[in-house]
Amino acid sequence: MKTAAGRRLLLQVYTAAVFAFVFAPIVTIAVFSFNADRFPSLPWAGFSLIWYEAVFADATIARGLVNSLIVAAATAVISTFLGLCAAYVDYRYRFVGKTIYTALITLPPTIPVVILGLAMLTFEGRIGLTGTLSGVAAGHVVLCTPFALALVRLRLADLDPNLEAASWNLGASRWTTMRDVIVPFCFPAITAALFLTAAISFDEYMIAWFVSGLNETLPVRLLAMLQGQVSPRINAVGTMVFSVSIVLVVLAQLIIGRRLRVRASGTER
Amino acid sequence: MLFYLAWGAPPLLWQLLFFVVPFGFLVAVTFWSVRNFRLTPDFIVANWQHILGAGFFRSAYAYTFALAALTALLASLIAFPAAYTLAFKVSPSVRRISIFLLVVPFFTSYPVRIYSWQIIFSPFGVINKLLGQISVGPINLLNTPWITILGYLTLTLPLVILLQTFALGNVDRTLIEAAKNLGCGPARAVITILIPAARVGLILAAAFTFVLAFGDYISPLLLGGSKPPTLSVLLADQVKSGNHWPRAAVIAVVMVVTLMAALVVMLGLAYGQLGRRRA
Repeated sequence: MKTAAGRRLLLQVYTAAVFAFVFAPIVTIAVFSFNADRFPSLPWAGFSLIWYEAVFADATIARGLVNSLIVAAATAVISTFLGLCAAYVDYRYRFVGKTIYTALITLPPTIPVVILGLAMLTFEGRIGLTGTLSGVAAGHVVLCTPFALALVRLRLADLDPNLEAASWNLGASRWTTMRDVIVPFCFPAITAALFLTAAISFDEYMIAWFVSGLNETLPVRLLAMLQGQVSPRINAVGTMVFSVSIVLVVLAQLIIGRRLRVRASGTER
Repeated sequence: MLFYLAWGAPPLLWQLLFFVVPFGFLVAVTFWSVRNFRLTPDFIVANWQHILGAGFFRSAYAYTFALAALTALLASLIAFPAAYTLAFKVSPSVRRISIFLLVVPFFTSYPVRIYSWQIIFSPFGVINKLLGQISVGPINLLNTPWITILGYLTLTLPLVILLQTFALGNVDRTLIEAAKNLGCGPARAVITILIPAARVGLILAAAFTFVLAFGDYISPLLLGGSKPPTLSVLLADQVKSGNHWPRAAVIAVVMVVTLMAALVVMLGLAYGQLGRRRA
């Protein structure tokens, strides 16, 4: 009979293998971005930074990067603000049609981005937003707001509802309470939402592909490169894109994680 | 009241203007016509007839549906032992780090990860070089349905493992202890206690996988080589090369209706009949 310890080890090895599958593409790109050989294969041809130099010399990539950063910043600020609004309304009020209200705001991530992109293209074409970075950001906000809402709402779930009432009783107006109680309390979630929505926008390729026109963002430029010839420069751009989004997501997680640990130690006392 | 509107209205207005209205517009466009390469308001059903009657559309639909369903099944099966391990067989700190790690790839450039598989599996890539060392192969997986599914799994596995881990973690431990005390072996406890108790989360994970795979454009394009095309590939072709937006819109509407129907069925499975009978 197999022992419990043996089964446990087997399961852990299996899990490690699944993680290896998930991370293999990320590691592969990063490793080959430093390979001196033109073609990404074995044997390893030696360490080199030539592909990074080639990327930095490419004006279209630099322009895409700037566009992506502008869109990501605008998207992060707007969608985090909208997410905060919706999360607060969901926390504080009950009203007829609230389910529909929340559903409308949180639905977009369940729609394939290829369809969101087409819908944006046909609509924004009519109001003259296609081919502009504002048009791309408008679409990204639709996609990102639900994530900001979820993060802020989770934080609000920890807020004692009486705290707000106490503030009102002490003479603070609703606006003052919002500024001095709610927003400071939600600050970690707001920061995390800024990072996470920036990461989503920075990586979003499909809405941007349909809408951006000649104002390509970095993922759109990358997608064009991916459909062309195999070029080792892709590995270098890919590694840089990975780094940016991983840093943003890890920062967001660290901020939320610290909150959880603080809360956990708080309950122990 | 003013305060309430000031907070409640902005997110709703934004989603109405840039999500609901574009979507309504998309449905309207399915009835428009294209004259001299220009989109013209109209009320014709020719676009619907053209797409729904086309053999290429029907086969693409069946292919996309089958691949997405197979991916949902495979992802659920592959993820389950890993989720089980993370929920029950590792220390809390390992669990926390694993969950942390699984969130990262979900927000990390998916097209580049797919491109990575492309170079790994290419005829001169790492896999075939290694197989060559042991005098096997070369194998060519590129441009097959299998590698398209592998791409879908890259997209969905982290999410499925996360959702399954949370679902299993929320199962009442005393249920499992009780089963064990009554002489139930580990395998039987998983099948008769754990899976039914975590049913909602497990089905939701599969449903998300289906949605993501059904709508994905990158894996069938870069790994599957668009042969045969999936619905998303057909849609993009209609826009970029065919320049026929109304037909693309028909495909999009059919896809959304399919996904909504699939979600309703899956949610029915999760919360419906089976659950009531148990309770």
